[in-house]
Amino acid sequence: MSLNRRELLGGAAALSTAAMLPSAAMAADTIQLGSILDTSGIFDAYGKPMDQAMRLAVKEINDAGGLLGKQVEVAAYDTQSDMALYSQYAQQLTRQDKVDVVHGGILSASREAIRQTMRKTKTLYFYNVQYEGGVCDRNIFVTGVTPAQQVEVLVPYAMKKSGPKVHILAADYNYGQITARWIQKFVEENGGEVVATDFFPLDVADFGSTITKIQQTAPDLVFAPLVGGAHLSFFRQWSAAGMKDKIPLASTTMGVGNEHKVLTPEEGNGIMVAYNYSQELDTPANIAFKEKWQAEYGDTTAIHELAVSTYQGIMLWAAGVQKAGSIERDAVVDALETGISIEGPAGKVTIDPQTHHATVDVHIMEFEGQGMTVIETLPQRAPIDTQAVCDLQANPGDNTQYEIEI
Amino acid sequence: MDLSFVILVEVLYGVASLVLISAGLAVVFGMMKVINLAHGEFMMMGGYATITAVGLGVNVFVAMLVIAPLVVGLIGLIVERLVIRHLYGRLVDTMLATWGLSLVFIGLATMIFGNTTTGISTPIPGFAFGGYQVNGYNFFIIIVSIVLVIAMYAVLRGTRAGLIARGTMQRSNMAAALGYSPDRIYMMTFFCGSALSGLAGAVLAPLVGLVPTSGGAYIAKAFITVISGGPSLIAGLVSSATSFGLVSQFFTFAISPVIGEVALLIAAVVLLRTMPQGITGRFFKGKL
Amino acid sequence: MGRNGSHDVIITLVVSALLIWLLPLMISTYTLTVLVIYGMLGLSLGLIWGFGGILCFGQAAFFGLGAYTYAIAAINIGESTLPMVLAVLVPAVFAALLGAMMFYGRLTDVYLGVITLVVTLILFKFVNSTAGPQYVIGNARLGGFNGIPGFQTLNVPGDPSAYIWGDPYFYVCAIALVAVFLLVTWLLRSSFGRIAVGIRENEVRMGLMGYDIAARKTVLFAIGAAIAGLAGALFANWGEIVTPKLFSLGQSAEIIIWCIVGGLGTRFGPIVGAAGLAYLKFMLGQQSMIDNTLIMGLILVLFVVFLPRGLVPAVASLLNSIFGRTKRKPRPRRMRTARHG
Repeated sequence: MSLNRRELLGGAAALSTAAMLPSAAMAADTIQLGSILDTSGIFDAYGKPMDQAMRLAVKEINDAGGLLGKQVEVAAYDTQSDMALYSQYAQQLTRQDKVDVVHGGILSASREAIRQTMRKTKTLYFYNVQYEGGVCDRNIFVTGVTPAQQVEVLVPYAMKKSGPKVHILAADYNYGQITARWIQKFVEENGGEVVATDFFPLDVADFGSTITKIQQTAPDLVFAPLVGGAHLSFFRQWSAAGMKDKIPLASTTMGVGNEHKVLTPEEGNGIMVAYNYSQELDTPANIAFKEKWQAEYGDTTAIHELAVSTYQGIMLWAAGVQKAGSIERDAVVDALETGISIEGPAGKVTIDPQTHHATVDVHIMEFEGQGMTVIETLPQRAPIDTQAVCDLQANPGDNTQYEIEI
Repeated sequence: MDLSFVILVEVLYGVASLVLISAGLAVVFGMMKVINLAHGEFMMMGGYATITAVGLGVNVFVAMLVIAPLVVGLIGLIVERLVIRHLYGRLVDTMLATWGLSLVFIGLATMIFGNTTTGISTPIPGFAFGGYQVNGYNFFIIIVSIVLVIAMYAVLRGTRAGLIARGTMQRSNMAAALGYSPDRIYMMTFFCGSALSGLAGAVLAPLVGLVPTSGGAYIAKAFITVISGGPSLIAGLVSSATSFGLVSQFFTFAISPVIGEVALLIAAVVLLRTMPQGITGRFFKGKL
Repeated sequence: MGRNGSHDVIITLVVSALLIWLLPLMISTYTLTVLVIYGMLGLSLGLIWGFGGILCFGQAAFFGLGAYTYAIAAINIGESTLPMVLAVLVPAVFAALLGAMMFYGRLTDVYLGVITLVVTLILFKFVNSTAGPQYVIGNARLGGFNGIPGFQTLNVPGDPSAYIWGDPYFYVCAIALVAVFLLVTWLLRSSFGRIAVGIRENEVRMGLMGYDIAARKTVLFAIGAAIAGLAGALFANWGEIVTPKLFSLGQSAEIIIWCIVGGLGTRFGPIVGAAGLAYLKFMLGQQSMIDNTLIMGLILVLFVVFLPRGLVPAVASLLNSIFGRTKRKPRPRRMRTARHG
């Protein structure tokens, strides 16, 4: 055994010197942007367009002369919808590639898997996805919408169009649970009543019994924040049963990964949603964005909200770097905390200094012919849910994901 | 009264869909002892074949009942010739190979179709029964399943091809001695199994959100149903699909869909513990 | 297997010490750590499947159980020693109960596979639907699909503030793997191991010789689960988050594939298969030309067609033929095909 221990100690000593060596000489003349997304596997519907948007944004920055006179270089990793790879690539990005910023993560679990690594290594981190809210960490910026931002505007609209009795069908995970609570709160505030709430794990694909149950509770409106490929079956079976014209549907998630394009127009038409982005937004910024996308990839059908959030996240970061005149993390964070804003394809996006979340325009929309027609735009909605629990100005050392009590 | 009718339809549908998604696997496993882990992806391809055919203007029923099984059957044939035929008698290796194939098919489907392929609406409208809306398409699935079981029985029992197939599966060297090439018979059996998987995927396509990774949702359920059925192909398939369908739908309506699925799984554990050779290892012995 | 026990142990120790010294020069220790953990997980199935003939479709259940046990216990206790012990014990006890249920019921072959598969699915579905605030064990929220982040990670026993992470953690894991490997070697060389192999080869014969087959299989199954549980706890410490994906069917299938690719019926095979495929996946993720799922699938198919016995036996026989050593030929993989009625 003594042999082994000696070998080991020798190995350890050799290693600690060797570990210093390999990290490739840092290219000081470029800025390194790390990206970590599922571009294959079950979440690639979300990840692929986000990857394209990231590359488009970087190309645009570089074509305009780069940042601080330096070109931005991308180090991108495909996590293949495997949670363990998130941790590994996060280490790779922060310790070997030594990138200046990381954009990425799709599921909340993937964000939590890498957030602490980013914090420990003082690597600025952008999470550009719609999620359940409540992350309070000075090292992270979140540019996606949170439930309250959507639900606050969507509930009154949908109830006005239908009636006061609401049946909620939510995906059974953090996001769904929290969103369901926000829906309940706003339904009650608007003088309505939630007749039932059902949760479905993400792999449930058979909704026959649920549709029967809904007919028993006989609501005026079904609110369905359902998520992913299996849950799409609900919308198809709902329509197959002929319920579509009887009870209207509203959702905060349907379409965020272009799911509405999987539904036929007959199945999708009329579903009410509220998002930051729609391909059908008729603004100069969006038209220009779609043209750039068309020139780069030849086909704009893949663009979805998460892709645009990613694009906007990178542009916000770039604006922060410009303002700071540096790529040092603390300088960029300070610059972003001045409440910086950009004009993105989805409208004006402003960093909320208190929470490091984004204040965005929210559009109420209805599906029509596999597109989202904008009904009403509510400008600059603040992330009120996260604001209720998180104040990074008063408490900059905070490092928690709060569960927001309503 | 109205409600009990609606629930009855849903229960029948639950059983029928289990029969449908397990049939292809039952043929391939029951007759050839090949665990086809790419079964779910064969179904997924059946779905895409249907959508593509309908997009090209083919009648939806022709697409579902003829084109999809043929296309997937042919894919199965190619796979059998290229990979599976080298692996007969090696249960474990076929599992690895078919798992690899399932990944290949997912990758290919992603590259060809992307992730947002527009599905097809159900060709049969829902209708009102009393105070309830009923999904008319459920009846179609129930009928397809019944016809499928009868057809399988008729072919295996009543035709010469069925007889030869059964003979080959039991004693391939005897069949070879009598002049029938086991190689070709295995090939045809795999073709039929794949075609059945394709049919199932096609028929379910209007009811599910089809993405390249959809197949994974079916394989476990189909596998459990087939193994629990035991040695008899058709009797096993029908009896285990019926038991599991009834159990899961009962708990689905009584409590929730999640509990329904868990009840199905627990039923499988109890069933296999009490009948270690599957249902038809105890009952219906020697039947088809 | 060697005739000379201490000789084998010394070779193992020297080879692993060399590997532990050399590998970090090529691959970052953080990635190496997870490869080592996967290797241990592969070994756990390699033991019960390759040597005990128990085809378990649910090895991921024990892996996940170990990880969740550790996470939950660590949140409640705060010091990592007891949680580590629990993470080994809980899966072992669970496996002993499950194994007793199966083996005393004379379940064999694919029927066994299905039961283990189903139990894994039940665990997965349960954990996956615990997002609500009512699912709490002590201070630990189960968290459902999102999993449990933020638990106490491994510390020096007795000192909760002395975390073991980074390079030292790699050495802890690597030494744990070597220890488990030696344990497995010893076990296989003992009469228990030889009887286990005998049961794999012919259950009826061993039964007639008077051995209690069900009890022996149950014990072997529990040992395999304990190793998987340890791997799970190490994984939880490494990733600092546990999610229901650990229980998933995909994870189970991956463990089976590691064993087949590496070489079933060997001790090295599953470790090499696990570490090799995981590293391959890690390398693949750095390119974005072709869909990674597709490449992985193609590799597996080519493997099974051209290298059916697995990597380690193939390399061993290659070496033998080159150096012409007249050692015993590597045993061909013996797996009974499924038989009915």
